[in-house]
Amino acid sequence: MSQNRLDAEEIDWTPPPAPEPALAPAEPPVPRARRIGSLEVLAALLVLLVILRGWLAGLVDSERLQTWTTVFVSVLVQAVPFLVFGVALSAVIAVFVPRSFWARALPRHPALAVPAAGLAGVILPGCECGSVPIAGSLIRRGVTPAAALAFLLAAPAINPIVLTATAVAFPGKPEMVVARGVASLIVAVAMGWLWLRLGRTDWIRLPHRPDVDGESKWHAFWAAVRHDVMHAGGYLVLGAAATATINVVVPASWLQRLAENPVLSVLALAVLAVLLSICSEADAFVAASLSQFSLTSRLVFLVVGPMVDLKLIAMQTGVFGRRFVVRFAPATFAAAILVGTGAGLLLL
Amino acid sequence: MSRLTQAVVLLLFGGAILRASITDLYLRYVKEGLRPFLLAAGLLLVAAAVTTLWQSLRAGEAEEDHGHSHSHEPRIGWLLILPVLGLLLVAPPALGSFAAGKSGSVSATPVSDSDYPALPAGDPVPVSLLDYASRALFDEGKSLTGRNVKLTGFVTPAPDGSPMLARIVLSCCAADGRPIKLGLTGQVPLEVPADTWIEVTGAYSTQRGKDPVNEVDVAYLEVKTWQEIDQPKQPYA
Repeated sequence: MSQNRLDAEEIDWTPPPAPEPALAPAEPPVPRARRIGSLEVLAALLVLLVILRGWLAGLVDSERLQTWTTVFVSVLVQAVPFLVFGVALSAVIAVFVPRSFWARALPRHPALAVPAAGLAGVILPGCECGSVPIAGSLIRRGVTPAAALAFLLAAPAINPIVLTATAVAFPGKPEMVVARGVASLIVAVAMGWLWLRLGRTDWIRLPHRPDVDGESKWHAFWAAVRHDVMHAGGYLVLGAAATATINVVVPASWLQRLAENPVLSVLALAVLAVLLSICSEADAFVAASLSQFSLTSRLVFLVVGPMVDLKLIAMQTGVFGRRFVVRFAPATFAAAILVGTGAGLLLL
Repeated sequence: MSRLTQAVVLLLFGGAILRASITDLYLRYVKEGLRPFLLAAGLLLVAAAVTTLWQSLRAGEAEEDHGHSHSHEPRIGWLLILPVLGLLLVAPPALGSFAAGKSGSVSATPVSDSDYPALPAGDPVPVSLLDYASRALFDEGKSLTGRNVKLTGFVTPAPDGSPMLARIVLSCCAADGRPIKLGLTGQVPLEVPADTWIEVTGAYSTQRGKDPVNEVDVAYLEVKTWQEIDQPKQPYA
C-alpha cells in the first residue's frame, strides 16, 4: 500500500497517459488528498515500471532472484487456467443454477450431504486453485458449509486426472492410487462431519460480492467473474510468492537427513507438502522423485498437499476469512497426517 | 480500486497470458500441453475486462460516485500487477544451472521387466538424457555399447567443479522442475560457463557417480565432440 501512495505523490511529474477518455469526468466529491483515483495510481505505476524496466531487469540479475522470478511466474502461469475456469464455474453456480437445485441434488440430512458432496469431487477435473472459489459459491447458494468443505478437500485429490497422474508416477504400484483416493476421501468426509459438530457459521466470512439479484444474468455473471479473479487471483499471487521463496531457500540436502527416521520422514514430507504448494496434478511426480523416503511418508505428502498448502491458505483466507482458516487449516493438516499414515500402514 | 481500474488490470493480466501463450514464452514456465487452456483463460480474462469497461462506461460517473463502493472492491487485486510485470517486462529465463545444482538428480526409472529396445538407426543417434541414464544404469549400457549418441543439455558444475550435462525435467510447471544430470569424461567441455547449452556426441562410459544432494546414481558419458548451441525451443525434458 505504501508503494501506491509513493507513486501517487510522484504523479505530478509523471504525466499519466490516460488510456480512457472516461478519466476526465472522475471528479469525486471528497475534496481531500483522496482526489487521485485508483486509475491514475495505476497509470502512474505502469509508467514508472516501464521507465524503471532496465533497473528492474538488473535487479533480477542474481541467480537466486532469477530462479525465484522464474518459479513465481511459472506457478502463476500454471494456475491461471484452473483459477479462471474455477471462477467461471463458480459464477455459473452463483448466477445460473437455481438455489432449489442444491436442495434437490444433495441429501437433506447434513450428515449424509457431506459424503455425497465429497464423492461429487470426483467429477471436477482440476486442481485446488479452482475448487476454492467453487466451494465459496456453493456456501453462498445455500449448500451446508460442511458439505461444501468436504467438496473443497476431496475435489483436488480424487478426480480422475490426479489419480491417473499418480498411477503414471508410481508405475507398478496401483495400491498407491487406491491409498491416495481412499485416504483423501476419508479426510474430506471426516472434516465435514467435524465441522457439523464443532464448526460455527460466524467463522466463515465470505467477501462482499456485488449483489447479483435484480440485474441481467450475463451482467451478474461477468461481475462475479471479475470480482473473483481480482480477489482469489490476488491471493494466488501471494501464495505463488511464498512458494517460490521456499523453493529457492530450502536446500534439498536437508531432506536427506530426515528420510532415515520413519516418524520424522512422515512429518517432514507433510510440512514439505504445505511449503511447496505444488499443484495436485503434479505432486505425484515430485513424490516419486523423493525416492529416499518411505512409501507411507510419500502418501502423506500426497494427502496433505491438495488440502493444506501455502497457496491454499492464502486463497482460503481470501474466500472464507481469517478466523476460518486459523482453525480449519491446522485441523485438516492433523487429520491428513493421521489418516494418511494409517492408510499407508494398512494398504502399502 | 474502481471498476475501470479493475478492467485495466484484468486486460493487462489477460493480455500478458495471451502474449506468453501466442509466442513461445510460456514454454519457459509450463509444458506445451497447457497452451490451449492458457489461450482460453487469457481470452476469458480479456472478455471480462472488456465487459467491465463497457459496463462502467455505459453506467457513467453516476456509478463511480456511488458512495463508498470502492472500499468493498478487493484491494488484494493490486497484486495482479506483479505477474503482469513478470511476464511483460522481466520475462525470466527458463530454469538452469542454479536450480540444477540445488536439487538432486531425478532417479531414472527402469523400464518394467522387459529388455530395453534397441536404439533407432543413426550415427550418432539422438537420445534424451533420461533415456540414456535409464539405459546406462539399469541395463549396464547393453543397448548403448558400440553406438555413438548425441545429447543436448546445458552445462552445470558438480560440487567439485567438474562440468556435468543437465536438463530440467518438468511434470507440470517450473516449481516441480528437477534436474537429470550426467557426468562427463573424455573431451570434457572445460572453460565453458554454466548454463551454456551444448550438443554432445559421445559413447557409453562404465563410470558411475553419485549426486551428493540426494545420493542418486549418476551415469557418465564419454564425450567425443561437443559444440555450443542456442537454447532449444523447449528447454525442458
